Amino acid sequence: MEGLELILAKHPFFAGLAVEHRQLVAGCARNHRYDAGEYLCREGGAANEFFLIRHGQVALEISAPGRPPVVFATLDEGEIVGASWLVPPYRWLHDARAATLTRAIGIDAACLRGKCEADHDLGYDMMKRFLPVLVQRLHATQLQILDVYGKH
Amino acid sequence: MSTASTDLSRRADLDALRPQLYRVARVQPELADTSTLELEPPSGSRPAFEAGQFNMLYAFGVGEIAVSISGATDAPGFIHTVRNVGAVSAALAKLEVGATVGLRGPYGSAWPLAAARGADVLFVAGGLGLAPLRPAIYAVLANRAHYGRVIILVGSRNPASLLYADELARWQERLDLDLRLTVDHADAAWHSHVGVVPALIRRVAFDASDAVAMVCGPELMMRFTVNALREAGVEPERIYLSLERNMKCAVGLCGHCQFGPAFICKDGPVMRFDRIAQILAVREI
Repeated sequence: MEGLELILAKHPFFAGLAVEHRQLVAGCARNHRYDAGEYLCREGGAANEFFLIRHGQVALEISAPGRPPVVFATLDEGEIVGASWLVPPYRWLHDARAATLTRAIGIDAACLRGKCEADHDLGYDMMKRFLPVLVQRLHATQLQILDVYGKH
Repeated sequence: MSTASTDLSRRADLDALRPQLYRVARVQPELADTSTLELEPPSGSRPAFEAGQFNMLYAFGVGEIAVSISGATDAPGFIHTVRNVGAVSAALAKLEVGATVGLRGPYGSAWPLAAARGADVLFVAGGLGLAPLRPAIYAVLANRAHYGRVIILVGSRNPASLLYADELARWQERLDLDLRLTVDHADAAWHSHVGVVPALIRRVAFDASDAVAMVCGPELMMRFTVNALREAGVEPERIYLSLERNMKCAVGLCGHCQFGPAFICKDGPVMRFDRIAQILAVREI
């Protein structure tokens, strides 16, 4: 095992992934490096990749005309950026900006979707990994929407 | 019981309800609607208190409310951080140096500082919940060698609403504790976390089998925090919450703060999660 496959094996998101599936995923992976302030993706752009953060911090932002972007979440080492690649129309719904120097692995979405279609065991495994992350973020969003620190 | 001892007992009860006059020695504006008052005792010394306890503060002509003590246990006076959310707190928040307030206390239960010795300690604060935790944080930092890893997680609505910002900045420079700040929303100038405070729990390193968690904040935030602590492996009997209810008499007589079989003023405000988990789940309470 070497290179990207080794990095994938060490990333918490792919912990316990079967060797044959890890090899398939590694075939869709590539290394990225973003300086602070660089964007991993922009709202409306094609979600043709998702990212595993190896090092650094990524801020998820939404922009409104005439206002500075609002950061609604930050993601750290060991976390993933992006779920838009999973569902059509495969467009990013937010910006993702490197808040610090960030090293990440990008997984080519079309490549992985194709492999998931061809190997449903891999597809099922991917869903089992993504769904808890999505649910966790949904719960966090619920708490944010409730604005619990306001005067009630 | 003899008549004499009954009279003494009644006198003690009455003394517990009688406010003493305290002078406002210092006012520290914290946020737009929040100030910290340093209250000097009428004579040389004030009653001792334990981290986690509260006093009843009386604004003359307006009313009385329970306010957690937010200063160090060895501070000369009582320190209270007051947020303007109602008539009494508004009156307290407007007090100037030299003004007089009525104060009775301290009351209630304390954070488990002795029980936490030797263990990793997690403080999880949401919004103004940092105020009741601050005396416990001071005590742990003053006896740092007696504790394992010390983790402080603080959540707030936005960067401008972070309580004790200067003190947080000083704590952030310490190498013997892990302080993480998070806010619900921010702009690009904010360089810490954005998200809810329970989400920080899985990002910090601690020994869940030998950790004690002390949590204070809005009840919803505490509920989500308990879930995250349980997911991380912290046992319910090692999780402590500071609860807030409508406290009036502060001595367990009036029943306003009844919480199932307990009274928050007398049996709380700091309560062990496993002892209140079932009651917390009752929507009507």
